[in-house]
Amino acid sequence: MSEVLLQADAVAKHFGGVRALRDVTLSIRRGEIYGLIGPNGAGKTTFFNCLTGLYVPDGGGFTFCGAPLVADAPQKAAARGIARTFQNIRLFGNMSALENVMVGRHVRTRAGVFGAMLRTAATRAEEAAIRQRAMELLHYVDIAERADDLAKNLSYGDQRRLEIARALATEPQLLCLDEPAAGMNATETAELRELIAGIRADGTTVLLIEHDVKLVMGLCDRVAVLDYGALVIEDVPAVVQKDQRVIEAYLGA
Amino acid sequence: MKNWLNPRSTAGIALISVALVALPFVAASGGQAWVRILDFAILYVFLALGLNIVVGFAGLLDLGYIAFYAVGAYAWALLASPHFGLHWPVWAILPIGAGLACVAGVLLGSPTLKLRGDYLAIVTLGFGEIVRIFMNNLNAPVNITNGPQGITLIDPVAFGAFRLSGNSQFFGLTLSGPQKYYFLLVALAIVVIVINLRLQHSRIGRAWQAIREDEIAAKAVGIDTRNIKLLAFAMGASFGGIAGGIFAAMQGFVSPESFSLIESVMVLAMVVLGGMGHIPGVILGAVLLSILPEALRYGVGPLQTALFGKQLVDPESLRMLVFGLALVLVMRFRPAGLWPSPERRRELQETAR
Amino acid sequence: MDIFLQQLINGLVQGSIYALVALGYTMVYGIMGLINFAHGEVVMIGTLLAISVAGGLLQAGWPVALAGPAGLAAAVLGCMALGWGLERVAYRPLRNAPRLTPLITAIGMSIVLQNLAMMVWGRNYLGFPALLPKAGFEVAGAHFTAVQVVIVVVSAATMAGLLALVYRTKLGMAMRATAQSPAVARLMGVDVDRVIAAAFVIGSALGALAGVMVGSYYEIAHYQMGFMLGLKAFTAAVLGGIGNLGGAMAGGVLLGIIEALGAGYIGDLTGGFLGSHYQDIFAFVVLIGVLMFKPSGLFGEKTGERA
Repeated sequence: MSEVLLQADAVAKHFGGVRALRDVTLSIRRGEIYGLIGPNGAGKTTFFNCLTGLYVPDGGGFTFCGAPLVADAPQKAAARGIARTFQNIRLFGNMSALENVMVGRHVRTRAGVFGAMLRTAATRAEEAAIRQRAMELLHYVDIAERADDLAKNLSYGDQRRLEIARALATEPQLLCLDEPAAGMNATETAELRELIAGIRADGTTVLLIEHDVKLVMGLCDRVAVLDYGALVIEDVPAVVQKDQRVIEAYLGA
Repeated sequence: MKNWLNPRSTAGIALISVALVALPFVAASGGQAWVRILDFAILYVFLALGLNIVVGFAGLLDLGYIAFYAVGAYAWALLASPHFGLHWPVWAILPIGAGLACVAGVLLGSPTLKLRGDYLAIVTLGFGEIVRIFMNNLNAPVNITNGPQGITLIDPVAFGAFRLSGNSQFFGLTLSGPQKYYFLLVALAIVVIVINLRLQHSRIGRAWQAIREDEIAAKAVGIDTRNIKLLAFAMGASFGGIAGGIFAAMQGFVSPESFSLIESVMVLAMVVLGGMGHIPGVILGAVLLSILPEALRYGVGPLQTALFGKQLVDPESLRMLVFGLALVLVMRFRPAGLWPSPERRRELQETAR
Repeated sequence: MDIFLQQLINGLVQGSIYALVALGYTMVYGIMGLINFAHGEVVMIGTLLAISVAGGLLQAGWPVALAGPAGLAAAVLGCMALGWGLERVAYRPLRNAPRLTPLITAIGMSIVLQNLAMMVWGRNYLGFPALLPKAGFEVAGAHFTAVQVVIVVVSAATMAGLLALVYRTKLGMAMRATAQSPAVARLMGVDVDRVIAAAFVIGSALGALAGVMVGSYYEIAHYQMGFMLGLKAFTAAVLGGIGNLGGAMAGGVLLGIIEALGAGYIGDLTGGFLGSHYQDIFAFVVLIGVLMFKPSGLFGEKTGERA
């Protein structure tokens, strides 16, 4: 298969005496949809937070696009091309849907204070481009008609979509989705599945944490299973599904 | 709002312009003291809009804002007065004052902006007191600030031979010193209003709002929150420095007394009472809070005499009492300020449910 | 060396007073996240009430042993009523208001109280009646008075009492629960309104006690005395980690000692360039320094210790 986009090497993280991640090593290839599953408390979100700079790992590290990823702050991860959504949706509630996505363009644009104060031609052009790109992304996730509504007034499913649009606005190479289907009904999940497949088809690698095993197995190219902070297996869905250790982890043998 | 009052309509702009031009002449009919009060009202508009960038836009609670004003004022006082025998021109001092205030802002802000909101408040408050105490005491062993006596005989703003103090003739019209300062201050205020408006709807303004809404999410989309906050802090400080310079020139006198905590609190009260982050609201807050105490000063004494035939209580304390009560009552009945932005008002109604 | 000991004693006394006032700030902040700017004025009113009542009774011929406690009781009860009233009238209606709204209200109340006090007690400095014996002691070259001993002992006893209240009583448990999460506390049947009122009332009582001590110590009082005292005490609360009772006590004592030692030695340290009139900046310099390295204060953010 194709080149490795993200390599995690023996990533470890502990909180007090709890070892939330025990030397997790895995690799995500460019262009795939990679699933990360495991029972509650297995360390999935901790892995996410280490990857996106919210936590600093206690051991090990990441290589991203062939260079070490020194992400001790989330904004650095975003600048490198890793975007994320949050399990418990974190939007800018009192900004409009369009403005939320426009904020996502921040890291790829340059206008500073003086440009804004003098309203130079370059600033105005950039501002127009930001707005246009944000609008395109709203169309892309199919919520363009809600562009002027405040984010907090959107329906739950639309908020999930808006968060994905905002993440895509940062032009990520790797899009990390933290339980995007949580709380969605069957129709919404099916639509989400289509959206994620589309994002991959358009060239963005996707890392997916999910509880909905059916969604993961149907959508992902490869799946990793975490249990008690350790990697159990990393393989294609067909193999993972039949693995005895995975079944035990889920059934709590 | 009715259309003719809308500042974006041509009629609105014309009306406001006429009012702004006529105001100092109307005020002068009540004596030059009223023109001076008007000058201070506009100086406070300028200051409050500077602080609005810090508090209203970036959501940083700054209780030591007046320190930057003090830096600007002392910069002017030292560079344009007989104290050191320096008489530099306005185009040199004003940028120096703004620059020094900006540097002070960055020096204070860079280690402290990671602090939680209320801690930042007390740190900035402490900084304000430190600056004031130094100005009070830096007269020995080397006399830099002349201590509590302050610095006198400060040069007025002057463009070449044209000084803003004293009377001048224009087309047969006599303009007093305060009236000339009025027009300078209005020009500066318009500049700061335009800057506020433009910043609010820019890439930087959106980043500020995003940080206010959810700092972690803001970081996750790649906003360097520390630098963006520092930017707001430095900008606010620079505006404070400019205002301080004009203040020193206008008064001809500075002393540490003018830069006490209550002044910081006053400017913050203007921002919050008017409607944080909403530019017309902040202007309203600044004008009201600078005029109200003065109006009370002239109103309270005579009113007592008229009602009771004598002075029952000290008019000075009664005036401050009414002022304090006004703050409490406005916050009680208009918690988002007198003139909040429509979005903020809606937010508040929803959370109150 | 004797200067050191002397300044240490002075600092401990001043610090005990800061600590008592700081507790009022920290309890209110811990429970409802409000910087109660008017707290310094509550302390000031406590002092002035004690002057009026105790001084008046002394003039009426009462013995010190009766007039003193009466003055203290008047100050404490008066301030408890004032604290309760402040919360009820000014802050309670603002529970759901934006964060800065109650802060401005607190500033407004501070201005109101200060000017009311000026109308009642006038602009002049008032002498505080001598309620405690003036006896002095000499130990290892350092001088201290009975007043200082009483201040330190009473402060320590009061703080021990407060800790017992917060950690041993049902009200204390309700206070700690509310500090963690008012919403959850309410679900568990805690009367949050009552808890908040209690925090104000207790804090004000401590403030009144501190006010009487300040008066006894400096033998003088003034309607503007609450401002700097409140500011320093709040600084002490933040220094210790705001919301944390032990932190407020430690922060207060620490601040008092640092100030006293700083004032005693700054001249030597700077070769005479800076004199003891820079005393007031120590509080703030130390505060900024500590927060740079420990952003939540010296003892901040340890769960279970908030009240």
